[in-house]
Amino acid sequence: MNRVSRGLKQYIQVAPFLALGFIMTCVFVLYPLVKGIHISFFEYKVIKPEQSVFLGFDNYKKLFNDPNVWVAFRNTVLFAIVTVPGQWVLGILAAMIINLQFIRFKVFFRLVYYLPVISSWIVVSYLFQFLFSDGSSGIVNYLLTDVLRVTKEPVAWLQNTWSANIVIWLLSIWKGVGWVMIMYLAALQSIPKSLYEAAQIDGARGPTAFIHITLPLMRTMTAYVVINLIIGAFQAFIQVFLITKGGPLDSTHLVNTYMFKHAFEYFDFGYGAAISVMLGLLIFVITYGNQRTFGKERIEY
Amino acid sequence: MNTAVPAKPGAPTNRKGTPNRPSSAKRMASWLAHIVLILGIGFVIGPFVYMILTSITTDNFSLPSPQKLLNSEKTLVNYVEAWNKNNFSSYFVNSLFVSSATMILSLSLACTTAYAFARFPFPGKEFLFKLFLFSMFVPAILNIIPQFTIIKSLGLVDTYSGLILVYISTGVVGSTFFLRGFFERIPTELEESIVIDGGNRWTIFRAIYIPLSLPAIGTLGIFAFSGTWDEFILALTLIKTEAQRTLPIALQLFRGQYATYYGLFFAASMMALMPIIAIFVIFQKQFVNPNLSEGSVKG
Repeated sequence: MNRVSRGLKQYIQVAPFLALGFIMTCVFVLYPLVKGIHISFFEYKVIKPEQSVFLGFDNYKKLFNDPNVWVAFRNTVLFAIVTVPGQWVLGILAAMIINLQFIRFKVFFRLVYYLPVISSWIVVSYLFQFLFSDGSSGIVNYLLTDVLRVTKEPVAWLQNTWSANIVIWLLSIWKGVGWVMIMYLAALQSIPKSLYEAAQIDGARGPTAFIHITLPLMRTMTAYVVINLIIGAFQAFIQVFLITKGGPLDSTHLVNTYMFKHAFEYFDFGYGAAISVMLGLLIFVITYGNQRTFGKERIEY
Repeated sequence: MNTAVPAKPGAPTNRKGTPNRPSSAKRMASWLAHIVLILGIGFVIGPFVYMILTSITTDNFSLPSPQKLLNSEKTLVNYVEAWNKNNFSSYFVNSLFVSSATMILSLSLACTTAYAFARFPFPGKEFLFKLFLFSMFVPAILNIIPQFTIIKSLGLVDTYSGLILVYISTGVVGSTFFLRGFFERIPTELEESIVIDGGNRWTIFRAIYIPLSLPAIGTLGIFAFSGTWDEFILALTLIKTEAQRTLPIALQLFRGQYATYYGLFFAASMMALMPIIAIFVIFQKQFVNPNLSEGSVKG
């Protein structure tokens, strides 16, 4: 009885701070997730939910036989594989260069590189669609074909699956590099100078100091950054939705956009929910297998 | 070699106390690094420059070619026209209101919830936190159907209250995750002074945790504002009255079915970008430094 009453007392103490956030999350985030699982077993009618037809696992059977679903999963995984390292490498490089002692105008560079990050996704999606327009009027084609003479003819970027995917990947990397850079700059600048000075007295400087001081202390930031990059990669939606709409012929769909299409264009919510559940399962498996990278970072000196 | 030069204060010196001359290798590395960074700026800003260029030229019904953009006359006419067309100005104001309200309310909620996780023990705390974390991973796109149903049953469809309510609720977990780490890094010794004076948790929270986390809170605020500013799916679903619509939807109106008037569209886009960039430039000094509480405890 003692443990129960102690637990209750703790709940009462924390309630004023926790209750509101907890309730709102349960109602608007957790409940919809559960409801989504429920919907996936029905042919769900939005207007009159009572008339939904119970389908058992039919939506899931349909899912496994739908080639577009596999294309969407392929695109989603590829998206993560390309954009996460892309943002990470370029971001950490930018942070390291900007942080070098002899660089001037640090604040200016930091600001400018961060601009894409805070820009509206809607604006930059349409912007990139414009930049990569077909024909030689598109600026990228103009640069590649007429100025640099790298390609013989203008590329029909959005008409072909893989060139369209490249546009999406480029946009996503372009938009995220600044965030990685800011994170690492904060980490690099929080390493006390005293550590480097102590190392200098002991005769270590330059590359040695980098390997033995900088790198290990950045490990926790790396974990945080990579987790967030992966989360972001799986949440990607708007750039594909606006630029290619999943085309041509459903070949550039991400799981998110494909699921959206079934739910809101074909009004087949049950099927959309089933796809969503499959993606959730995939994510759960991946993250459960990486449990140790979860948890808060503690930087030890 | 000159050994009698007095060192400038703060200049790097070697053991003898004379200033280190930057070696030519180091100077070359410095040039190289600066060049790389400036090239990088080209890639980063290039798209924006092109967008601005397009927005200040006219006659853009068809896709403007780079030559045209470089050679034709520059004018700000597009901006004036875009502001006055399609109710753009009222959508702009609507978005300002919704984003600001969401930012303030969301920050308040995130602070209290993060504090709860950071400093209160209770049964099931870590499990609950992991559950929250998991919900962040899973794409929540289809959640809008149940969310719409709930808002409808609350009678809040087509109201800003309903929209803001959903925005705040979906934002709690991410903000809490971010803030919890900051709160936990604040040394508990700081609380002693308040406890001795007889203060309660709330006083501790208000007097210590909030002031010390202002940069983190500021960063979070910027993200909350810009995330809401850019959101259009929920806004499209929940808000039905034309006059109450938000900015992203206004932008869509500038894209025609058959032709997009690029000049107008990008002028509108630039105006849509301005508030976020302005806020960021003003507040960028506040940006997150994780080691902020160093020095607030003596010894």
